[in-house]
Amino acid sequence: MENKKFLKTLSETNGISGYEKNLADIIEEVFEPYSDKITKDSLGNLTATKWADNKQDDTIDLMLAAHMDEIGLMVKSIDDKGFIRFTNIGGVDPRTLLAQEVIIHGKEDIIGIIGTKSPYLLNNKESSKSPKLNKLYIDTSLKKEKIEEIITIGDMITLKREFMNLKNEYVSGKALDDRAGVVMLYECFKELSYLKSKVNVHAVATVQEEVGVRGANTSTYNIDPDIGIAVDVCHGDMPGVENDLVVEMNKGPAIAFGPHVHQNIFKKMKSIAEDIGIPYQVEPWPHPAGTDTWAIQITKSGVASALVSIPLRYMHTSVETISMKDVRSGGKLLAQFIARIDSDFVEGLRCY
Amino acid sequence: MLLKRLSEASGVSSNESEVRDIIKDNIEDKVDELWTDVMGNLIAVKGKKKKGKKVLLSAHMDEVGLMITGIESNGLLNFRPVGNIDKRSLVSKPVIVGNDKINGVIGSKAIHLQKSSERNNPIPWSNLYIDIGTSSKKEAKKYIELGDFVSFKTKFKQLGINHAKGKAFDDRVGCSVIIDLLKYEYDFPLYVVFSVQEEVGLRGAGRAAFDIEPSMALIIESTSASDVPESEDYEFSSSLDKGPALTIMDKSLISNKKIIQGIINTSKQNDIPYQIKKSNTGGTDAGEISLTKEGIPSAVISLPSRYIHSPVSLISLKDYDYLKKLIKLYLQDLNKGEF
Repeated sequence: MENKKFLKTLSETNGISGYEKNLADIIEEVFEPYSDKITKDSLGNLTATKWADNKQDDTIDLMLAAHMDEIGLMVKSIDDKGFIRFTNIGGVDPRTLLAQEVIIHGKEDIIGIIGTKSPYLLNNKESSKSPKLNKLYIDTSLKKEKIEEIITIGDMITLKREFMNLKNEYVSGKALDDRAGVVMLYECFKELSYLKSKVNVHAVATVQEEVGVRGANTSTYNIDPDIGIAVDVCHGDMPGVENDLVVEMNKGPAIAFGPHVHQNIFKKMKSIAEDIGIPYQVEPWPHPAGTDTWAIQITKSGVASALVSIPLRYMHTSVETISMKDVRSGGKLLAQFIARIDSDFVEGLRCY
Repeated sequence: MLLKRLSEASGVSSNESEVRDIIKDNIEDKVDELWTDVMGNLIAVKGKKKKGKKVLLSAHMDEVGLMITGIESNGLLNFRPVGNIDKRSLVSKPVIVGNDKINGVIGSKAIHLQKSSERNNPIPWSNLYIDIGTSSKKEAKKYIELGDFVSFKTKFKQLGINHAKGKAFDDRVGCSVIIDLLKYEYDFPLYVVFSVQEEVGLRGAGRAAFDIEPSMALIIESTSASDVPESEDYEFSSSLDKGPALTIMDKSLISNKKIIQGIINTSKQNDIPYQIKKSNTGGTDAGEISLTKEGIPSAVISLPSRYIHSPVSLISLKDYDYLKKLIKLYLQDLNKGEF
């Protein structure tokens, strides 16, 4: 499948943390032609495995992880007039929700609009503040009795947003964090079909990243890899943000550096990118939290980990924006890195 | 559905061509004459030779939107509002830029990078940008010109049992109702005006009224419904599903009492619900029309709409049908000699 088409499908499919099954099914189908084995674990992680090309070399296991869950909302109460109050799952910015269309996943999907008190009725003090989550509600235009037949408290709510093409291979949509990462793993698998490798590659679409990197915990435990590389998104340059906190858009994937990254992997990846001319950037990040590497690195007796990120603007909004070019370059870089791993390199990861 | 086409068309104030063309196509064969004036108003007359005084129906074609006012060195676009828009509703919405309909998004700084003081305040206009995917000013200029108009990329869709969501119901519902009313015959010359630039100061319709000199004018509008949580009942301007709303008074007009009473009589005789718009805020083209030349008796009837002037509004299609029916019956009852 073509990368952009795959990403569109993933972006427009709904799967809040803990409810990723629809995505796992799609990912399984798309990865199948490029994989030797596909498994799911009890939390819902999906692992697609591609064995080393030569059976004798079958000793090194490398895990790639990208999370498939998205942030969203959950039904908290239904009032007498049928207006629905909600809470957030993951880091939702309430300021992005006004006049947003949503889908409530009850017995059937119901479309609603997020409203708040009309701007024409606000006094000066109110209109100078952004609305809090508890002042927002969903208007489905249905009566309470009808709603209660379809929707119950605890039902998941996703943002309704169509995937869009922008100029320059930029695309915009919801949940590109981190479905674009899943597409990068896919590009890597496609690329690996032209290359020889001495490594068993396990590509995992992880669950529950947005609520505390949970899926990466159990999947890493299962795979017990020698090397674990998370693929996630990082902040692309945006107005109003200090330059050192962002990387540039469309200038290649960002190879992260920090406590969560094994220095040998970082160096090797960088030198490969230099050698074969894949554009890349460095993302220095002083704290190990925020991605699946947080969990991967400290599983069992420790895993040599790294992080490759896709520059993304407007993170955790429904118009997250990335460049497909960065996804493609990242997938190639991962594949080229994998093709150059041998037992000496893996041995060296323990030698300080 | 014509209302869907009208709602999804772009027509920010003074850039109403797309809407005007749709209307032209749909009324050409139902009117005697059709013309545009120097402002861009689309004007038509039906039954021109009929005896009786001229009646004018008017609705505005334009919608609130944005205008590109600058291009940053990194290829992002600056914009400012055209008409009254709640800037709080813009963040994380897709838009369409310019007549080539280029896709864009209004992003915001990620929540992870915001200071807590930023979270509490709406983002000021100067910190909002449209991203079309270009990465330099030079590149952006290939697609964009300063002054390009921007409208929301919102689809029309029926919701619930008898509601619909979409953009620009203010005032495409009025346009759509008038197009429908032109199907019928009346006892007097019926003039219709699809006006421009209502949202930027009621600038279009008055010019057309000046040329037409009607004996009375009825303006078909969309008004804000605030029957939603966090608003008290006494604050409501109007409510959904309670019928069309009649304006007694707003900031631009005191409606002509005879017209209002006539509509109320028609609604009572035909069991069509109506409501009185409770607030006296806002203004419509009726204000300008009523003060044209020596004065023209004018009134406003509106379709209530929740979340008006935002990327997505909600209307009742039941109200919409009542509105069409009520005006049709009122016009058919209209005593020719009354004005």
